[in-house]
Parts: sequence; structure tokens; C-alpha cells
Amino acid sequence: MPHAVVAEASEPSALSRRDFVKVCSAAAAAVGLPAWAGEKMADNVAKGKKPSVIWLHYQECTGCTESLLRASAPGVGELILDLISLDYHETLAAAAGYQVEAALEKTMKENAGKYVLVIEGAIPLKDDGIYCYVGGQKAIDTVKRVAEKAAAIVAIGSCASWGGVPSASPNPTGAAGAPEALKGKTVVTLPGCPANPYNLLGTVLQFATFGTLPALDEKGRPKFAYGRVIHDDCPRRAHFDNGRFAQAFGDEGHRNGWCLYKLGCKGPQTHANCSLLHYCEVPGAWPIGIGHPCIGCTEQGIAFNVPIHQNMPIDRPTAPMAYPGVNPPQGKQSLIAVGLAGLVVGAAAGAGYVASKKLAVPPGEGPKEG
Amino acid sequence: MTAPARPLQGKLLNPFIKFMFFLWAVGTAAGLVRFTQGLGAATAMNDGYPWGLWIAFDVVVGTGLACGGYALALVVFVLNRGRYHPLVRPALLTSGLGYGVAGVAVAFDLGRYWNMWKIPVMFWTWNGSSVLLEVALCMMAYVLVLFLELSPAWLEGLSASQNPARAAWARRWLPRAERALPFIVALGLVLPTMHQSSLGSLMLIAGSKLHPLWYTGLLPLLFLVSAFGMGYAVLFFESIFSSSAFGRPLETRMLASLGRFVAGVIVAFLVIRFGSLLLGGKLGYTLSSGRHSFYFWAENLALLAGAVLFMKQGTHGRADQQLQAALLSIGGAALYRLDVFLVGFMPGPGWRYFPSVGEILVTLGLIATETVIYVVVVRKFPILAGVTLAPRREVPAGLKQGATP
Amino acid sequence: MTVTRRHALQVLGTAACAAAVAPAVAEARAVKASNPDDIGLLFDATRCVGCRACATACRNANKTSATPASVNGGVYDAPLDLNGNTLTVIKQWDAGGKAGFVKAQCMHCADPACVSVCMMGALHKEARGVVAYDVERCVGCRYCQVACPFNVPRFQWESATPRIAKCELCRERPGNKGPACAEVCPRGAVITGRRTELLAEAKRRLAATPSAYQGGVYGETEVGGTACLYLSPVGFDALGLPRLGTEPAPALVETVQHGLYQGFIAPVALYGVLAIVTWKNHRSASAGEEDAP
Repeated sequence: MPHAVVAEASEPSALSRRDFVKVCSAAAAAVGLPAWAGEKMADNVAKGKKPSVIWLHYQECTGCTESLLRASAPGVGELILDLISLDYHETLAAAAGYQVEAALEKTMKENAGKYVLVIEGAIPLKDDGIYCYVGGQKAIDTVKRVAEKAAAIVAIGSCASWGGVPSASPNPTGAAGAPEALKGKTVVTLPGCPANPYNLLGTVLQFATFGTLPALDEKGRPKFAYGRVIHDDCPRRAHFDNGRFAQAFGDEGHRNGWCLYKLGCKGPQTHANCSLLHYCEVPGAWPIGIGHPCIGCTEQGIAFNVPIHQNMPIDRPTAPMAYPGVNPPQGKQSLIAVGLAGLVVGAAAGAGYVASKKLAVPPGEGPKEG
Repeated sequence: MTAPARPLQGKLLNPFIKFMFFLWAVGTAAGLVRFTQGLGAATAMNDGYPWGLWIAFDVVVGTGLACGGYALALVVFVLNRGRYHPLVRPALLTSGLGYGVAGVAVAFDLGRYWNMWKIPVMFWTWNGSSVLLEVALCMMAYVLVLFLELSPAWLEGLSASQNPARAAWARRWLPRAERALPFIVALGLVLPTMHQSSLGSLMLIAGSKLHPLWYTGLLPLLFLVSAFGMGYAVLFFESIFSSSAFGRPLETRMLASLGRFVAGVIVAFLVIRFGSLLLGGKLGYTLSSGRHSFYFWAENLALLAGAVLFMKQGTHGRADQQLQAALLSIGGAALYRLDVFLVGFMPGPGWRYFPSVGEILVTLGLIATETVIYVVVVRKFPILAGVTLAPRREVPAGLKQGATP
Repeated sequence: MTVTRRHALQVLGTAACAAAVAPAVAEARAVKASNPDDIGLLFDATRCVGCRACATACRNANKTSATPASVNGGVYDAPLDLNGNTLTVIKQWDAGGKAGFVKAQCMHCADPACVSVCMMGALHKEARGVVAYDVERCVGCRYCQVACPFNVPRFQWESATPRIAKCELCRERPGNKGPACAEVCPRGAVITGRRTELLAEAKRRLAATPSAYQGGVYGETEVGGTACLYLSPVGFDALGLPRLGTEPAPALVETVQHGLYQGFIAPVALYGVLAIVTWKNHRSASAGEEDAP
């Protein structure tokens, strides 16, 4: 069943169980699941429990799919042929037109309540959603219909998560993310432009293996990937802490790999794991790794809203590394106070002396009242 | 047997009093900062020097200076030297004012002053080993006792009131107050003995932070003796001050006869002071401690000079020497107390303290307030004896003023 | 009128004896030792790397606010020392070529000076030897600060409604999890446990690598023993720990005070004597006055 609609480039190869467990373990390891999860995953697949996945595209650039295609552990072929059953994907499907739409209907009917829905791209809501039609259906209608019977919904990329580029001001189509379009449903959001494919893999594989979703924050983002800001784990953090900043592109600091904060880096505000998990296993393949400030592509309100090179206040400031000595100087002394004290003591002593001199005059000429 | 005490009467406002009001206003402004912005905004106190000018001067030195009533009560009532009786009422008044000022200074100084009422009330929380608790309770009680000790004076004042009911009430209570006086006076002797010595005990626990020149197990005794010394010296000062300020005759002869006794108290202090250093093997510090040595000699030489001048009074009394002796002794003893609480207090390297402008202004404001109240009271109530210049008011018939009926 | 010096000396002597002789006669006060159950901290200066995880954990556990830049020379939350919002701080020491870090916090003395002086028991000993603070009984007199040989209790000088701040070994942390600082230390530089066990561990380390340490265990005997113990590769002076004797800070003053005021006998006796003398003198003086014309 599933093999009918996938691209010809990914012919299924005959894998031994050993090789298959290796693939599963590698996939599990890549997304931070324990090694035994790989075995369990392999067992599930062997029992024919591959999750069915429906992938819908709307207002977007397909960059998220592109980056997924470039993941190699597991490769997209292993992923969509061996680990999951990708039953509907407009970009990867060999079929087209009515044939592929029929596949969507068939999958929805056969796997009702069990399939995973992945949404890529924003959904226009303005003017009753007339700005995006696929197969003669409005985006909002299809997405609501498919979401109705989905076991899990994942929004991949910033567009699907919160609107992304299409929602940038003035947002003529009223583009919105899946959580807004599907109010009341749990949507796992994986913002990023593009989203890091491993965050999708981690989420989908966990669901495939355990039937559960990862822990999410209040914006639906998996905490394992979006719990910290880029700044927390940035390889250039030491330069920030020590005040070494690149002042301009190509200057000495920039060439020496110093902190890019002054060039507008949004790392301190951006929740993502790019600094830990680079793209597609290429070391340094992420903006800061190649010497460009983070543009905050995962953050609603920053990406496509704040100019790329404008710098912003730190979200959660932490104290710099500075130590006091064991006996630091403390307490203040004001010269005015010393002067005032001198004046008071002097006046008192002087008055006492003058008074005693006055008393020394013969009796009868004693001091007068007043 | 002695000239009765009378109200001074006379005008209240003069340039001096106006200047005092000015100081009061400035001090109040500084106090406002303290109560709205916290102690850190108005004072230079810090975690190393948690006690500053307000405790060291206003309370510790201030109540020492307010020991005139205590010291004189000992001479008059216990040693039965009745001829000093004219000095008693002014001494008690300044004592009361001194302790009152100390109480106000404490309210300024306490960080959580709104909890103050709990000290006398919540007796089940009392920590018996806290010296400060003993000092606090003793001082509170003593202010009350001083007020009662002065009851003959203010009852006499009230009995001359225009309001007949009030005058009748005062006349009824005056003899009772007179009869109870010995027992109140005895209380007025025990309480200061307790808390003045305990002021010294306060710093015993800070032994590791107190300079060896000042740290000794005899701190309580030294503080008790210095309280006497300061008390007597203040009697001299006050008698001479009130004479020159209000045109009363000088009490030079009466004071002169007390001179030797005061000198003896100061010498006793110095003997204990140097003796404890000698026995502790700490005499070397008197020369080797730099700044601290200077303060040590300043306080002791001032006291010695005061003692010598007091001693001379035994042969021929001279008002100018009496004033000098009093001021030197007050200065020396006050410096001793300041040194124990501030100069000799060494919390550790890095810490420093000098009173801030705000602290000095509040202190000046308190002294000004004390002075104004003193002037008002001596003008309105029978405190000072030998008053001749002020116009007298007719005393109601049937009342013998200033004596036991 | 003729009883001059003799009479004076008699009376003064009474007071002097009360002040001076009584403490000598009084029995020495019993030393309060630590209980086997008391908890504390062991800080090993050879292990600390100055990451300040302890200081951060302390802020979070005790919900203390960051030190504003105005009190520490213009650097945000870089407290120079313990302060009204900082219960522990990492300081850097430098001892002639060797440098390292030292953690400051309350020492939790077995016989604390602050507890001895606190008027209404705002500072008191809680279960397991913790020196705890109850803000409701505090009047802000700051005598604890004067008394503490380690300058530990700190006062909120910037506040119009201040309180004392000091480490209470996270006694109010939910779940009875013990001090947060020891929990997060990545090097085990600060560990928590029973004082007896900590002392044994300190001795074990000293015995294992004697050349790594100098000066034994600080806090084992200082001021009668503290629940927080220190090990150091250099002299404890360099770490800013004061040189103190083995006698608890409150020993002398409590001996004096308890001697003077034992059962309040001395003050009551003094009052009795003075009241009788004063009353007799007063009566004779009044009689003399009435006789006079």
C-alpha cells in the first residue's frame, strides 16, 4: 500500500534485520532517543505498525521539505519508506492530480484516528480563506477536515507554526499558523526557517515508537529542542561574556569568530537548538556557524518583523563572571560629613573654651542672660 | 534649708532657640529620608559597621551624659549629702531628656521600628542571654522612673495651674509622691547601674572584632564608672550653663566641694582602665596601634586633665576651671564610649565607616530638640533653684513651694 | 554630713562588687556543642572552579532578587559580598601565585553569637542545628551583625521595610531537599550532610592527600565548632576566614550576665539596700526640715 505513491528515487532496498535495527538506532540516536528505542522501533515496523503520515503544504517555500530531504541519518529514503508510511506529500508524490487527491481520501479513511498530520506553510484566514486553494479545496477547509481524524498534528516551519513569511506585515492574506487555524487541538509546532529536520524526526519517531508526543511548552514547541535560547549554548558565548564583539562584518573581531550580538544577533531571544544540532550533519551549518548573526527565524514577532541586523535586549540576562576579592572595600565616607563633623566638634570645643574664659572674669561682671 | 526651685518664666523665643528650631527642621528632613528610603539612603552604616553614630553617640554617650540624675541621686539620697539638693531637679530633667532622646534615636535606628512594641510586651519571646534586651527593658523602665522621680516638680507646677480641678488633683497627689520618692529613687539607682554596665557588656560578645585596647572583661565596670564620671561632670556643666544662660548665681562653692569626689571617680576609672591593660599584657598596644593609640591617649589624657582640675576644686573653687574640668571629663569619657563602639570596632579588612551628613543632622536635630524642651520646662516648671531675675507668679495660699508639706 | 569618703566608698563598692566580683564567682557557662544530627556544608577550596552555580541555585531556591548595580560598583548582580539579598557568594582569593575561590555563607555555629544576642529570638536554632531567622520577631537592631565573628547576617539597607538576610541551609525549600548550593555544585566543592560525616570526610581528604591542604579543617573547633567546614590549599587567612579561638563567642558575656543576674538576686538585693538607705535618709531629712523655722 504505502509504496505506491513515493518517489521513484527511493526504491526500497532489501534490508536485513540487523541493518534495519542499525538504521533505527541511528535515527533514534540522532534525535536523542535511547538506543533501545531503535530496536523497539524496528520491532514496530516489522509488525507493520509504521505510522501513516499525511503532509499538507500551504503558503510556504517548501524549504522545510528541502531541508528534510538533506538529512542523512536516517536518509529521507529510509525515513519515508522504512520508518514511516508517507501516504500524501505534494512534493514527493510520484502521482499527481485526482490520483494523489484520491490517495489522501483513501489514507484518511483507512487510518482514521491513527495517522499523523504534518502541516507545512501558513493558512490564510482573511476573507474566508479564499487565498489558497489546493485541488479545488480551500486550505482552511482541508486542514480542518484532515485534522479532524489525525492522531497527532505537527506544524513544521515558522509558517505553519505562527505564520512565518506570509504573515509578515501587512499580511494581506491573513496568513496564520496551524495552532490558530486549528484552535482547540494540540499542535506540535516546530518553528524555524527552515525547521531543523531532526526536530521533526525526533517528534515523529517518538510518536511512531511510543505513541506519545514529547513534552511541549506553552507555544506547542517540544521542550527538548526549544527549551533554551540559542545564546545559552552558543559556541561564541565566551566572547559575549568577556565583552569581545565583532563590530562590523569582516573586521578583526568578525574574522576571529567573536560574538555577533552587536551585528544584530537574535540568539539571546531565540528559542531553538541550532547551536547544538547543526543542519544536516554538516558541522557549522547554521547562521552563527558561518559568521552571520541569528535572525531569530523561530520567534514570532522577531523573524520577518525586526530588521535582521538590529540588535535587541537580552531576554534572560545572566550575570557576567566577576568575582569580588575576599575582603572587598565596603562602606562610604563623605568628605562633607567629615567636614560637618569637624565643624560641630570644633564649635563645641571652641564654645566650651570661650565660655570658660568668660567665667574667669571677676565676680560681679558675670555673663548676662541671652 | 535651701532656696526653693521656681519656674524661670520669661520669653521663649530668642535667636538661640530659633537656631535650635532650624536644626530640628534639618534633622527632621534627614529623618524623613531615613523613614521613606531606608537606612542606607540617610546613613553611612553598613553590614560591617551596623551600629553608627546614632547608637554610639545618641544612645551610648547620650545616656552616659544623662547619668547626672543617677550620680547625684547617689550622693544626695544614699550618701545623704542634702546640700546638693538644688542640683537634683535639673539633673533629673536632663537625665529624662537624655534618655528620651536616646529612645527617639533608637526608633530612628531600628530597621523594623514598628515591631518595637513587642520588646516590652511579648515577654514569652524574651531571650534571657541578650544583653541588649536587658538594656532596652531597663532603659524603658528608667524613663518612667525618671518621670516619677520628677513628679514633685511637675505636680508643683500643676498645682499652680489656672484650672482649679487640675490644681486640686496635683495638690492631692504631691504628698503621696513625696512619700513614695525614696523607693522610686532606689529604683532610679538600680536601673542605671544595670543598664549602664550592660552597655559595656554589649561589646563583650564582639570580642574578636574589638581592638585589644578596648576589649576587656571589665567593660561593664568601666562603663558603670564612666557613667558616674560623666554624670557628675554634666552636673557641673549644666549648673554653669544654666547660670550663665538664665542669669542665676553661680553655684561654684557647692560644686567645688563635690570636685574631689568626682576626681576620685575619674581616677578610679583610669586605674581600672590601665590596670586591665597591664594585667592583660596589652600596654604595648597603647603605643603601637597608630590611629587607635592616638584615640586611646586622647580619651585618657582628657580624663586625667579633667581629674586634676576637679582635684584643684577642693582647695579653691573657680568656675572657669570647673567648666574646663567638666568639659574635659565629658569629652574624654564620651570619646571612650565612642571608641568602644566605633573607633575600636574592627569588623575586618575592607570595611570603613564615618557618620554621614544625614546621621550628623539627625543627631544635631535631637540635641536641639532636647535643648528647646529643657528651656521650655525650666521656664514653666520649678526646676532651677536660686532664680531671682525672672518675674515671680503668686503661689496659691497654703502651699509651701519646693518643700515637703 | 561628715560621712564623706568612707561612706562613698562603701556604696560605690557595693556596685563595683556586683559588677566585678559576681562574674568571677559565677560558674562558667556550659558550652553548647553540636548535635550528631546537625547538618552543615563542607567546602573544599581545592575543588571550586568559581562557576557560581551555587550562587545561582541559592538565588532560585531562596527567591532572592539580584543585587542592583548601584550597590556593587556598577556591575549587575555581581555582589561584592553577602548582602541583604545574597545569602552566598563566591569570592576569589589570591595567595602569592596560587589563586582560587571561596564560598561565603552562614557558618551555622554550634553556639552562635547571633542567637545569644537576639532580643526576642528572631534568630534561633532550628532542628538539625540550622540557625534560622523569624522576621516577625525582628526589630532590626542589628546586634546580630555586631556580634557575629564572621560578619554573616546582612541587613537590607536599601529598604524602608528591611529584614536580616542569612543562609538558613534552605530549611524552607519544599521537599526537604537540603541546601540547593550543594545540590548543583559540579565539582563537589561544596557538599552537604551531617556535620559528623562531613568532618570525617574532611579528615579523610586531609589524610589521603596531606600535601594538598594547609591548616586542617576550619570550623572544627573555631568558636566552639561550626556546621560549615572549610578545607583550603593555602592558609585560611588568604580565604578571608578570621582567626578565632575555640571559645564560643557568647561564652564570656553569658557568664558575666548570668553571674550578675542569676535569678535576679543581685539587682533585687541592691534595690533593697538602696531603698532602705534612701528611705532612712529621706525621713531624717524631712524631719530636719520640719524642725527648721
